[in-house]
Amino acid sequence: MIWIERQRAFLDFTLSSLWRRKVRNLSLLMIYALIIFLLSSVIFFTHALRKEAESVLKDSPEMIVQRVVGGRHSLIPISYVEKIDQIRGTSSVRPRLWGYYFHPASKTNYTIMVPEEFSQPDDTVETGAGVLRTWGPLWKGKLYFKTHDGEAILLKAINTMGDETDLVSADLILMSESTFRKISGIPEGYANDLSVNIRNERESQTIMMKTVKALPDTRPILKKEIIRTYISLFDWRGGYVIVLLWGALLAFFIFAWDKATGLSAEEKTEIGILKGIGWDTSDVLMMKFWEGVVISLSAFFLGVIAAYVHVYFASATFFEHALKGWSILYPKFSLRPSVNPYQLAILFFLTVVPYTLLTIVPTWKVAITEPDLVMRH
Amino acid sequence: MVRKSTAYLIFLLVAGLVMAGLIFMHPRLQMVDYERGLVKRQHLVRELGLTDLCLFTEARYTRHLSQADLHSPFQDYPMALEHFPSGSLVLPPEHLLKR
Amino acid sequence: MIQLSGIKKTFNGGKSNEFKALRGIDLEVALNEVSVFIGPSGSGKTTLLSILGCMSRPTSGRIWLSGREITSLPERFAAETRRETFGFIFQNYNLIKGISVLENTMLPAYPTGMKYRVIRDRAVSLLEKLGIMSKSEEPVEHLSGGEQQRVAIARALINTPSIIIADEPTAHLDTELAQGLLDIFAGFRKEGKTILIASHDALVFESPVADRLISMRDGKIV
Repeated sequence: MIWIERQRAFLDFTLSSLWRRKVRNLSLLMIYALIIFLLSSVIFFTHALRKEAESVLKDSPEMIVQRVVGGRHSLIPISYVEKIDQIRGTSSVRPRLWGYYFHPASKTNYTIMVPEEFSQPDDTVETGAGVLRTWGPLWKGKLYFKTHDGEAILLKAINTMGDETDLVSADLILMSESTFRKISGIPEGYANDLSVNIRNERESQTIMMKTVKALPDTRPILKKEIIRTYISLFDWRGGYVIVLLWGALLAFFIFAWDKATGLSAEEKTEIGILKGIGWDTSDVLMMKFWEGVVISLSAFFLGVIAAYVHVYFASATFFEHALKGWSILYPKFSLRPSVNPYQLAILFFLTVVPYTLLTIVPTWKVAITEPDLVMRH
Repeated sequence: MVRKSTAYLIFLLVAGLVMAGLIFMHPRLQMVDYERGLVKRQHLVRELGLTDLCLFTEARYTRHLSQADLHSPFQDYPMALEHFPSGSLVLPPEHLLKR
Repeated sequence: MIQLSGIKKTFNGGKSNEFKALRGIDLEVALNEVSVFIGPSGSGKTTLLSILGCMSRPTSGRIWLSGREITSLPERFAAETRRETFGFIFQNYNLIKGISVLENTMLPAYPTGMKYRVIRDRAVSLLEKLGIMSKSEEPVEHLSGGEQQRVAIARALINTPSIIIADEPTAHLDTELAQGLLDIFAGFRKEGKTILIASHDALVFESPVADRLISMRDGKIV
């Protein structure tokens, strides 16, 4: 109980002491909270995106077979389907027809695609929610396209995929095969790539090798690789955002260090007074410890709470610009709200602990001096 | 007048509870809604045979990251500095880094 | 009884600016008395008081307080002795600016781990007794010199010390305020406290409050 009373008394003094320079200390707290907010937003966001990619893309085709010509992805003849079909262990092989369409009016790239079954008329399209958000004005509910040979066609937007699937469908425009071939210019008998389903996932490596053997000009991509790409996609060790944020954090610590090492004459006198009236060195350090805790722990809580709200309630609005980059389309996320406690703990140890130490260490030298200095003037 | 440390400790307690509530409770409450959307996304991925997330639509190799071939994504060579801002956020696909 | 034997204090020992502040003091000071150390500035009064109050260690020599040796205490116990046995009134008051009168008064009691309410009640009653309770929530620098000194006195008393050490307590006071201070000291003596004052103010050492005058010069008792 004595211990608690002592700590609370030191906390009382620290708070009064900090409150004397409230504008300065509150702005310090806010800057610190902002940095923690940015860092934890990135951590939450990338964690959630990785989880999302894992659970969404597990339903991707087992294997995609591209044809490579001159080191580049090229059109694949549909005749390849049979050859792959003959490989033992494949259950279905299907040509995928997809491509990109640049709409000059909105300066946006869209993905045009032919679904396996498109039961609508040729002059209609189904669109992702992001398409209609960005396309610009429609003409009588119709989208204006230019075919590869320069002809203009109008396609009626009949169906929109909901916001919930935006993360995978925001820029999709689905259409019939004949319309697709007209717009994209991919000739009959060719497809963009082939999607292959495999009976037993464990055989995928063998089937991949057999595919390359049977068709040396192809490059198979396994689902495993796709998922791995996305898991390492937002790897925080690789992102420049993190580098920038660490820069910010470093700048903050330099600032804090400067503040802490340059104990003002006034602060030194105060420590002398405290020692003179009967405070022990450890009492002074304990009081300083609380000073560090008050700033850094408050900033940690505020920053993390704000980041959680930002990422999971506000769809990571602040990152929209960075993620969007030069593209126009930005999907609406509904990310799986989950936080990795391990990452949170790391953030805690990288922010709260060093700041608190930074507050205590410089005080040490002053606090161990003999208290009779206050008697001399 | 309230003792300063009392006020501060109450603040810490409230902030801590809010944080814990968000981190441990909110995900559970949201799970049903989230799962509903996820099922739709998974369904669409299966039906259309999709391979990528629609995150960066600026270029074909950022839109379909996992499908990018050896040379087109990074223009001249795989580790070249990216042209697009999204390139500063993401690493080149792993199969390119490994070789 | 406070006994001092062979107390020497040298600052910057061995360096070119070596300074011998105390050159061997042997002294006995009775408890429950007001003892006034007199002498010109630089005579070693302040140094002696700070050694007596466990604020610094003598270079050599020993001090016994009621038979207990206090010169070789480890830092923690020295601090404890300092705050529980002694109450200090500094020449410049040494209050902490920006902090309220009440909190300044309570500060020496913080490391004791006493209940907040107990400390607060004690501080309030001291401030009432000294007639500055009305200013208890104000930051100390808003107070006049005489009021600040009373806060310093209240702070010196918060841990109910048996010995009060005052260094030039009248230095910044006019005659009327100085007289008031001496009356307060007289009151302390009546309560059975020991008071050690360093002063070269005639008002102090000629006052009937002073039971004993100890005259110092060049670091020695004369």
